[in-house]
Amino acid sequence: MAYARTLEDIRALIVKHKRWDLIFALIGVLALMIGILTFVALFVDMAIKGVPRLSLDFFSNFPSRRPGEAGILSAWVGSMLVMLVTAVVAVPLGVASGIYLEEYARKNIVTDIIEINITNLAGVPSIVYGLLALGLFVYQFGLGQSILSAGLTLALLILPVVIVATREAIRSIPIGIREGAYALGATKWQVSRDHIIPYSTAGILTGVIIGMSRAIGETAPIITIGALTFIAFLPPSPVTAEPPYLSFEWLTSPFTVMPIQMFNWTSRPEAAFQVNAAAAGFVLVLMTLAMNGLAIYIRYRLRKNIKW
Amino acid sequence: MVAALREQHMMQLKEREVATDPVVKADARKLNFFYGEFQALKDLSMPVHEKKVTALIGPSGCGKSTFLRCFNRMHDLYPGNRYQGEIVLHPDNVNILAPNIDPIEVRMRISMVFQKPNPFPKSIYENVAYGLRVRGETTTRVLNEKVEEALRNAALWDEAKDRLHKPAFNLSGGQQQRLCIARALATNPEILLFDEPTSALDPIATGAIEELINDLKYKVTILIVTHNMQQAARVSDYTAYMYLGELIEFGVTNEIFIKPKRKQTEDYITGRFG
Repeated sequence: MAYARTLEDIRALIVKHKRWDLIFALIGVLALMIGILTFVALFVDMAIKGVPRLSLDFFSNFPSRRPGEAGILSAWVGSMLVMLVTAVVAVPLGVASGIYLEEYARKNIVTDIIEINITNLAGVPSIVYGLLALGLFVYQFGLGQSILSAGLTLALLILPVVIVATREAIRSIPIGIREGAYALGATKWQVSRDHIIPYSTAGILTGVIIGMSRAIGETAPIITIGALTFIAFLPPSPVTAEPPYLSFEWLTSPFTVMPIQMFNWTSRPEAAFQVNAAAAGFVLVLMTLAMNGLAIYIRYRLRKNIKW
Repeated sequence: MVAALREQHMMQLKEREVATDPVVKADARKLNFFYGEFQALKDLSMPVHEKKVTALIGPSGCGKSTFLRCFNRMHDLYPGNRYQGEIVLHPDNVNILAPNIDPIEVRMRISMVFQKPNPFPKSIYENVAYGLRVRGETTTRVLNEKVEEALRNAALWDEAKDRLHKPAFNLSGGQQQRLCIARALATNPEILLFDEPTSALDPIATGAIEELINDLKYKVTILIVTHNMQQAARVSDYTAYMYLGELIEFGVTNEIFIKPKRKQTEDYITGRFG
């Protein structure tokens, strides 16, 4: 057939073209299913193995040589404390960098290079961060194999994510809003404080939580800086009975985290430990899902009054 | 058709009188402006008269918005922009384009209303109060008074007074634009710049804004960019016709619309061009 001339030709052609719509739709569904089903299978398998093992004791027991008595107390407390340090360090650094790059920095070759490098940093294998942290934080700064070292390492790891999320959130603010604020005689800092930061908070928080949910599952850099794989005590409490009521001793305490506990259990020969690993994995996935859920909720709440 | 339109203009325009001896509020002198290598304004010289409405008209890309945005140094927000020449603000005779003049100082004296209503995602009250807060005003009583005054001047008080602390986004487009006018007025600017303020609005909202501009010119000097010639005829006392970055003709609106001196202006006014 040359090109379609008559109405019949056109109709035949449309039928032929639409066949490809159908074919591609099938390919797309198939591709999607491969991804989803694999994840569902893994998760269900883990849940079937692990969920029966879950009990209050599992959360409140230290690891043990006897699989039936072993728990994840030191692991989840360690994960929480490391995440706390990570957030406290990464959020201010990342947000301030993002605001500086978007609002203050001149757009020139230097900022272009910085921009490309930040994007690249997000793709650097996490073990490399671990090596850097081992040399810098653990030995050079003498912070030791502590919660502080681990928190700083993961903060470094998610910093690019936070910076990129901050910049994206700032860029989504319409130019008219910024010009409106500048036109009233506001300085850069006034515009940042009164407009840029409040209007981009939802996007920034989403980025932070996505970064954190990546960090919580990181194993390699934490092992590299020397987290313990077996630990039967908790870090000192941050809150004390005597003045000044706050203690930062926990920062220097040795620790373990959820993925390391899992790794430790999976490397044991006994089948009962594999069940423990599945249970811990289930908890870890739930923690990650909860964080992502929180990110979605925060975005929804904060964006309710902002329409653009 | 064209003749009928001009007839109609004449009727409208005759009602308006322009003072014989206007006071010059600002004065562009041999102004050139560059976006990087591209020269957007060429040797532009014209006055802006105090407490009058001056309209800038011309086809798209003629530089009218670029010219307007020189008055509050908006171009300083972006790299690669360069001014040459002067805009002298009276009575203190200061060249607001001079490198030693802080653009923030200029923006505190000269306010702007944008093409698309751009209220902040804050309450109506906070929108109007923002300019005052930027200037360090913290007294609630003063803020309340100024917010009310500005909203009254922008003919928005009656509609807004019962929901001052509700989000500004709940207002209609026309109300949002009047809110932006109130925000610009709250700090008593010396000149109020309008950059095609009605291009995103329906005809009724447009009418309300034009009426407002007519009332405001007794309080503040107004410079307005408009893509709509009829609007220029309706609201302005003086009109400047620009083309390709050059000022073709400046004069009393009546004269520009009824008896333009230059052929180019006439072609544009009568719709033969543009």
